[in-house]
Amino acid sequence: MLCQNCGKYEATTHIKRVINGETGESHLCSKCARELGYNDFFGDFGFGISDIFTSFFGDNPLAVSSGRTERCSGCGCSFDDIIKTGKVGCAQCYEKFFDRLLPSVQRIHGKAGHSGKIPNMAHITQAGTQREAAKEPTVQEKIAAAEEKMAKAVSEQNFELAAQLRDEIKKMKGEETK
Amino acid sequence: MMWYSQTGAESDVVLSTRIRLARNIREYPFPVRLDRETKKQICETVRDILDGEGVKLSYIPVSTLTAAQAVSLAERNLVSADFISKSDGALLLNGDESMSVMLCEEDHIRLQVIKPGLDLEGAYAEADETDNILEKHLNYAFDERLGYLTQCPTNLGTGMRASVMLHLPALAAAGNMTRLAATVAKLGITLRSANADGAGDIYQLSNQVTLGISETAATENLKSIVLQIASQERQARKSLVKDEKTIDRIYRSFGILKSAYLMTSAEYTKLYSAVRLGICEGLIDADINKLNELYMTTQPATVNAANGGELNAAQRDAVRAKTVRDALG
Ligand SMILES: [Zn+2]
Ligand SMILES: [Zn+2]
Repeated sequence: MLCQNCGKYEATTHIKRVINGETGESHLCSKCARELGYNDFFGDFGFGISDIFTSFFGDNPLAVSSGRTERCSGCGCSFDDIIKTGKVGCAQCYEKFFDRLLPSVQRIHGKAGHSGKIPNMAHITQAGTQREAAKEPTVQEKIAAAEEKMAKAVSEQNFELAAQLRDEIKKMKGEETK
Repeated sequence: MMWYSQTGAESDVVLSTRIRLARNIREYPFPVRLDRETKKQICETVRDILDGEGVKLSYIPVSTLTAAQAVSLAERNLVSADFISKSDGALLLNGDESMSVMLCEEDHIRLQVIKPGLDLEGAYAEADETDNILEKHLNYAFDERLGYLTQCPTNLGTGMRASVMLHLPALAAAGNMTRLAATVAKLGITLRSANADGAGDIYQLSNQVTLGISETAATENLKSIVLQIASQERQARKSLVKDEKTIDRIYRSFGILKSAYLMTSAEYTKLYSAVRLGICEGLIDADINKLNELYMTTQPATVNAANGGELNAAQRDAVRAKTVRDALG
C-alpha cells in the first residue's frame, strides 16, 4: 500500500484513531509519519510488533495449530489466538502454553532463563544486581565468568571475541534450561 | 525546566538516556483481553498508588486529549503512536517530563525515565525506585524462568529497554553506520536511525534481548559500547571540521536558523545537526540547550498544540521559523 499523504512511498506506519465514535485509519510512509508527528521511538519496545512475533511462529512446526482447542482458564484465549494476534492473553497463558511458547521465546531471546530483578526481593538485595539463582550454580558461575570476559572484550574493542563469547553464553544458557 | 533543556554527561555525542520497564498485574488479563471499564480501573489503581506514596505525577487519560496534544506527546517520545490511537489508556507524567507511565498500552504498566546525556545508572535507579513502590502494592505477573511476564514475548525477562540517543554526524558522513549497526547487532544491541533517512544524524542504541541478561549486565554492555562509539565519533569529527565545505555548511546552517522566515520540521532537523556539530567543535558560540530544546518543541504537532491546534503547514512553518529566530537571535 502506498502512503496516503504523499502517494510516493510504501506505507509502513498504520495509525488508527477513534474520532467522534468513528474509526479513522491512516497509512503513512516513514517520512510522512515523521512529518506528521507519528515519529515512533517505541519501535524497539515491541510496540505493535505482532508481525514479528507471528513470523517467529511461522516456520515453527511446534506452533502449528492442532485440531483441539485448549483454552487458558485465566483469559479464555487459545494458542491460535496468541499466534493470530502475536499477543499473549494473560500471565496464566504462559503456564498453560509454556511448552508451545518456549521455542519462540528462545528464538527471540536466544535463551530462556531469567536473570535480574525479582519482584519483592528489591528490599533484600541491592536493586538491579544479578541474584544467585538456586539452580545449577556451576553453569551459572561459568556464564557469569564468560559475561565478564565479554564485557572486557567489548571494552577492548575486541568485537570478534565478544561475539564468540556471546555465542558461548547463549549455548550455556540453552543447556542450563534443558 | 524540562529534562531536554539540560545537558548531561558526554553531551557532545549523547543526547539522552532512557530506561523503560514493562510490568503487568497478575490478577488482570493483558490489555489485549481487557474491556474499557477494566482498563480504567487499572489506570486509576496505579495512579492512586503513586499518588498515595507521594510520587508527583499528572494523570492524563488519552480520551481527554486533542489530536494535536496527543501527537505532541508522541513527538516528545512520551507515548507510542499505538497508545494515542486508542482512547482507553492513560498517561502519568511528571513536571519536567523525565518520568512517565503509560497505562494500559501493550502492557498494564510501561514506566519510562529519561535523562539528558549519558546516565544509564541514574535513569535505571529512578525507574527501579518507582517500580519498587509499585510492587509493594501490586502483585506483578512474574515467572522464575521467564521473568516479568509481558503481553508480547519480546519483552519477557527484565522487561527493560535501555536506550541511548546519539548524535553522530561525523560517523554518518563517513558512511560508517551500516557497518556499525552490524557490529553491535552481534552483541545484542540495536542501532537505528531515529528519523527516516537518517535525518539529523540522530541514532538510537538499545538492548535487543531482555531475557537471560540482568539489568546491570545489559546497561553495562550498552554503556561500554556507547563510550566506544562516542570516542570514534569524536575522532571522526576532528578531521570533518577541518574540511572547508563542512565549515561552510555549519556557518550557513546557523545563518539560516537565525534568519529564515519559513522553516519545515525536516529543515530544522537538518540544520540542527550541522549547528550542533559546530557548537560542540567550537566553531559556533550558541546555547546548545536552546538548540536541543527547539528540536523537541518545533515538531509539527507540538507547535500546533502550543498554538491552539489549528495551524496549517504553512502557518506552522512561519511560527517555527520565528520561534527559532527568537531563541537564537
Ligand atoms: Zn508519504
Ligand atoms: Zn490466558
